[in-house]
Amino acid sequence: MKADSKGVLTGAHFIDGDYACGEGAIAAGCRFAAGYPITPSTEVVERIAARFPHCGGIFIQMEDELASSIAILGAVWGGAKAMTVTSGPGFSLMMEHIGLACMTETPVVFVDVQRGGPSTGLPTLPAQADMMQARWGSHGDYEIIALCPNSPQECFDLTIHAFNLSEQYRVPVMFMMDECVGHMTERVVIPPAEEINIYPRRYTTAKPGEYLPYLPDADLVPPIAKAGDSYNFHITGLTHNEKGYPVMNAECQEKCVRRLVDKIRLNADKIVKFEEEETEDCDVVVVSYGITSRVALWAIQKAKEKGIKVGNLRLITVWPFPEKRIKQIAEKVKAFVIPEINYGQVYFELERVVGGKAPVHLVPHGGGAVHNPEVIYQKILEAVK
Amino acid sequence: MSERNIIEEYLRMDRIPHIWCPGCGLGTTVNCFIRALQQTKLPLDNISIVSGIGCTGRVAGYLKLNSFHTTHGRAIPFAIGLQLTNPKLKVVVYSGDGDLVSIGGNHFIQAARRNMDLAIICVNNFTYGMTGGQVAPTTPVDAVATTTPYGNFEEPFNLPHLADSVGAVYVARWTTYHVMQLTRAMKEVIQKKGFSFLEIISPCPTLYGRRNKIGDGLEMMKFYKENSEIRNGANTKDVAIGFKGPIICGKFVDKERPTFLENMNQKLSERIPNYKPYNGLV
Ligand SMILES: Cc1ncc(C[n+]2csc(CCOP(=O)(O)OP(=O)(O)O)c2C)c(N)n1
Ligand code: SF4
Ligand SMILES: [Mg+2]
Repeated sequence: MKADSKGVLTGAHFIDGDYACGEGAIAAGCRFAAGYPITPSTEVVERIAARFPHCGGIFIQMEDELASSIAILGAVWGGAKAMTVTSGPGFSLMMEHIGLACMTETPVVFVDVQRGGPSTGLPTLPAQADMMQARWGSHGDYEIIALCPNSPQECFDLTIHAFNLSEQYRVPVMFMMDECVGHMTERVVIPPAEEINIYPRRYTTAKPGEYLPYLPDADLVPPIAKAGDSYNFHITGLTHNEKGYPVMNAECQEKCVRRLVDKIRLNADKIVKFEEEETEDCDVVVVSYGITSRVALWAIQKAKEKGIKVGNLRLITVWPFPEKRIKQIAEKVKAFVIPEINYGQVYFELERVVGGKAPVHLVPHGGGAVHNPEVIYQKILEAVK
Repeated sequence: MSERNIIEEYLRMDRIPHIWCPGCGLGTTVNCFIRALQQTKLPLDNISIVSGIGCTGRVAGYLKLNSFHTTHGRAIPFAIGLQLTNPKLKVVVYSGDGDLVSIGGNHFIQAARRNMDLAIICVNNFTYGMTGGQVAPTTPVDAVATTTPYGNFEEPFNLPHLADSVGAVYVARWTTYHVMQLTRAMKEVIQKKGFSFLEIISPCPTLYGRRNKIGDGLEMMKFYKENSEIRNGANTKDVAIGFKGPIICGKFVDKERPTFLENMNQKLSERIPNYKPYNGLV
């Protein structure tokens, strides 16, 4: 399916990442958004609030993030594509509804423009410290998809991708921006609507009375229905059977939750997205994501100039993690270096996947600024020693 | 239609027996609701029911409607997303007192302020039933709950007054003893446009009635019969409920106010040339 031209502002723009994310959502067909103001994410909903009346959408500023994060789920079950946008403190409040979205398999997008934390932290300055929260911040066991853009252009492109993935896998997708990417202004090219691919909602074609809301297709994802259809379905956050009815026992839990996890884990090869350069014949690989991937380029370049063989692996989906590819690289490389704006989050996952085949060096940063690239460079030197 | 046919048309019979205790008022409220639905003659596909969490929260799961059992306290904002996406739907929020006015209290007052087009049915049993009978913001002073073993000392909400003062266009209260009036009020909240609020005083014999020496389900109904006073049009300031005190019932508010969507379309039409009024996404 192609994008609805009504929402697509085809052309070259000079906008920040937040605006680009808003435009990406509109291009993806999002027509319901709910949010509560929080720096550095507010510009996304400001953009949407200004644009929606012109393309038939509806934005509502809710009373808090708990409300925003469940209003969007209601909107999806009404038939909309929907999104909410926040930053750390608001993201914390949304956790319960990320769980509800996982459990009810509601396709929806949560945008978190990361700032320094914990707590109120650094409202206007960057961090990448919500990465584990994005993965497992809600209680219980589940899998989500998380994407990390590193430019305003990607804020546009990957927001569309986030919506498409959410529809394909019926899973909430975490769009993990950071303050730098959100507030950085660059050229953003919006293609014509007919060049934008949209994954349509997987509506059931079953006859009323024969629809089982949680009977999955071969890819483990069940077709969906919406309120107003004649299916009289029941949706609950309780553990449920294929009918969608609550069943309170370990067998049903196993079946229900295992599929929520498996539909992402077993489809990971199709979901995972990354970029790599010179990872085939190198001594050290720098793994990074978001704004840090751009800072790391300077360090990689400098190391190359000194004759060090450095590969670059940029994660676009951080969750699911590109396990397979990293395992292959780990067989050949001497070391990994991972800079991130936290004291080690994706680092621990990298270390687990590398499994002792090579040392993994973290370049931590508490947030409030991006890394000094010199520090990353020094770590590369240390890693190849 | 026979009694049995009516029930089977509206209930998920494959989920019966339900989980509620003998003597619980919830079954009566559901019966009245089914009857009210039937009287409205609305196509069932156009009705959605949204519940939070609690004994009352289980109502959504028993009704054969497109139904949503959400999270504790958040039925209203879920319902807002659903209703704004498809304003042709009649969205009924059916939940407990704790759910709607404790953990969900902010959503309740904000939705009323905005005049969201929702029917709110609040089953007030003066306690948190599902979790075992703890104190709620509706528990009368002196009533005993598991977390107020020496008697409650907090002033409770007067729910009709709360709803009225934050902008509800319809406010009524009935007990499960008043099945005729309750059914009519349910029909009215379903048919009313805007934020409409119905409080149902309902027995929780298991955790509230016995502990407070009012008795079992039947005795609680007798209590309602003897202590209720019908005062339609009463000033909502005057309908607070004291411990074992009189229960003022009736329709207190029925007025008109533009809804959220009407106001939104009005404002956007004034400010945006050629604005096409928003009428839903589906
Ligand atoms: C976030 C959260 N906190 C607490 C609970 C536990 N809990 C379940 S139901 C309930 C209270 C329900 O009381 P009420 O809304 O009055 O419904 P009733 O059971 O009395 O019908 C609580 C506290 C929960 N499910 N979720
Ligand atoms: S605990 Fe109380 S409210 Fe819950 S089902 Fe039993 S009687 Fe009803
Ligand atoms: Mg209660």
